[in-house]
Amino acid sequence: MKDAHRMSNEQKVGVKRRIRKVALLGNPNSGKTTLFNALTGLNQKVGNFPGVTVDKKIGICRLTAGNQLEVLDLPGIYSLYPKSLDEQVVLEVLLNPEGKDYPDAVVVVADAANLKRHLLLCTQLIDLGLPILLVLNMVDVAEKEGISIDTEQLQQLLGIEVVATNARKGVGIEQLKEKLTEIKPSCRSFYDVAPLIDQYFEASLKENLPKGLSAYAQWLCLHLFERLSFLTEAQKDSIQRAILHAKEPFKALNLQREEVLQRYEQIDAILAETVLKQTKGGNYSRLTRLLDRWLLHPLAGYATFLLVLLLIFQSVFTWASVPMDWIDASFSEFVNWVHLQGGDSLWVSFVADGLLAGLGGILVFVPQIAILFFLLGILEETGYMARVAVLMDKVMRQFGLNGRSVVPLVSGVACAIPAIMAARTIPNPKERLITMMVVPLMSCSARLPVYTVLVALAVPNTLLWGWLSLQGVVMLGLYLLGTLMSLLVAWLLNRFLRMEQGRSFFMLEMPLYRLPRWRNLLLTVWEKARTFVVEAGKVILLISVLIWGLASFGPGNAMEEAERELRRQLQGKATDEQIENAVASVRLEQSYAGYLGRFIEPAIRPLGYDWKIGIALISSFAAREVFVGTISTIYSIGSEDEMTVVERLRSEINPHTGKPVFNLATSVSLLLFYAFAMQCMSTMAVMYRETHGWKYPLWQLLYMSAIAYLSAWAAYQWLS
Amino acid sequence: MNRRSVADLRKGERARIVALLDEQLSLKLFELGFLPNTWVELVFVAPLGDPIGVRIDETYQLSLRKEEAKTILIAS
Repeated sequence: MKDAHRMSNEQKVGVKRRIRKVALLGNPNSGKTTLFNALTGLNQKVGNFPGVTVDKKIGICRLTAGNQLEVLDLPGIYSLYPKSLDEQVVLEVLLNPEGKDYPDAVVVVADAANLKRHLLLCTQLIDLGLPILLVLNMVDVAEKEGISIDTEQLQQLLGIEVVATNARKGVGIEQLKEKLTEIKPSCRSFYDVAPLIDQYFEASLKENLPKGLSAYAQWLCLHLFERLSFLTEAQKDSIQRAILHAKEPFKALNLQREEVLQRYEQIDAILAETVLKQTKGGNYSRLTRLLDRWLLHPLAGYATFLLVLLLIFQSVFTWASVPMDWIDASFSEFVNWVHLQGGDSLWVSFVADGLLAGLGGILVFVPQIAILFFLLGILEETGYMARVAVLMDKVMRQFGLNGRSVVPLVSGVACAIPAIMAARTIPNPKERLITMMVVPLMSCSARLPVYTVLVALAVPNTLLWGWLSLQGVVMLGLYLLGTLMSLLVAWLLNRFLRMEQGRSFFMLEMPLYRLPRWRNLLLTVWEKARTFVVEAGKVILLISVLIWGLASFGPGNAMEEAERELRRQLQGKATDEQIENAVASVRLEQSYAGYLGRFIEPAIRPLGYDWKIGIALISSFAAREVFVGTISTIYSIGSEDEMTVVERLRSEINPHTGKPVFNLATSVSLLLFYAFAMQCMSTMAVMYRETHGWKYPLWQLLYMSAIAYLSAWAAYQWLS
Repeated sequence: MNRRSVADLRKGERARIVALLDEQLSLKLFELGFLPNTWVELVFVAPLGDPIGVRIDETYQLSLRKEEAKTILIAS
């Protein structure tokens, strides 16, 4: 090979280190995740890279003979010159030998059918000087496409071990495992940068570059230093100065382009000797073309997309309702049981009404999240999601969004938390931010119980044309309202948000259609559900305990006195159950939550709410679904069954006006308020994590509250 | 005459890439396989006319916006 040269002996000595941690790298769509799952199974956990919110997946791979190995699944990347947050993270890991995640060896995964492109990353990784092994994945697909690869020859030319696998079927996994502990660095390099460094920079610069790195890794530091968080300020300064005083102008972009082209030239030479391509496109790509003609058709394409959306909606609501009702019922039974067993002490109330009720409030969302991610996973795995982005890109662009924003927005219908996290795939920072800002306006599943009660109050239970439920239509309307509002806000943000524009681009691989890998899917679902329970669960639990405290304690002994007075009055005039419900209500009235409710009453009276609704607003500030529970306590209903609540609320009379409290105007006003208000602590927590600060979550809270208040006010004033 | 770009391709038409105009974008395009002398074929146009889908080097498909496709010159 013309540019090949032998690595120095020093670099080879480093090999002796035992391999305990392996990083898995590869292009997006190389089948990396499937391989990760095949290697580690359920032995994986998801964490975060410090400072950023890219998922870090670590798994334990059990080797033969009782050995085990840590496998780090890094985000899919195209090259070592990062263009997105995901790619940035990989560089932080690979260039910092002091870092916690620095691997002992690298396994690079390449799609056998797209070898040329995928080898680009491979040759860059080889030049990093770490022990490295190449996995040729999806060899079966390549064979069906008429591509045959001489792995022996490829091994020779790359200077590294090559293992062919089909991770989907588990072929080659055992052979791979055997080789994992003995990975060696390549004996050749592809792009020698040492002369280039000398050409541009004084020799003294080397002292300020991180130690223990190969020349190519140092070269990358020179290109990317501004964004590498592990470099000290002194190091950054010295690199900055060196670049300013370079012997000739250091044109990073040109150098990078030159490097990439040269690498491709060498790859071409290698492929000429190793790959034999017989036919032009086999059955797989023919089928994909056929499906694309249908799924990207101006009419059929959008119709199919709409159908898919409807199907998702339908299943999230109907399938999920069975386990949700079950969880809900079991928890309230459990809470009752604890009350019965424990008697009437404060501790029992804390455990039952604070902790257990909070826990139930978290777990009840798990079915919806699981089903949503299962369905989204199918769309992703089959390759359809990429087509959705294509269908929607031009539309979304009008609103300052990106074709890729569709996934977060659609996911927002289940829960804003995973949806906001899904926005990471959007490369442009402004589009990503706008997407995250508007996602919580999509009607998430937590609004559903609130909507159910309020719609039942506001809309008569009649059928249109004998078959279409009017309440159902209103429900659908609320979802549309959320969607339209999120697009409107996105459009406004795009016009008025000033931030470094960055370049909006949309370049998306169109993977071949294929059947989903169920194991992968189930692992994803498991992982997302667990993340939700742990991450969001913490916040929800904390807040529900806090709210329990506000509702259980009051200033002085006002609560006790009110209770005694009430019991005296009702003695013998009502059943025990009625008395207990009335007591609960009067206690809440005298609690801190009750005082807060009365305190904000002047502010919410224009919306048609009294102080009792005020209490519900406050208590559901952290999580909107709490609304129903609080309302049922305040109006001493003693049951959270929706129909009971609705019946009871309908008969509630406002003592001042003598009219029903929940008339049409108030109900509609509340519906609008809950459609637009933030009312979700967990969403704010996720926004904080994703944007590294309180600025955007607070803005989000502010603008959503403003829209909620104004629209509720307008609706009430107009209807009453 | 004006030089043609990938954005000017007709559906099903194939052409060789000659050069990339946009410096900023070109590195990303290189990584995705838009290399000089490589064949591109227009496979689909999204229903609203944009983005478009191309097949590169007869191996894989990719979708990009017309605006981006304009920076990729082809031999006419």
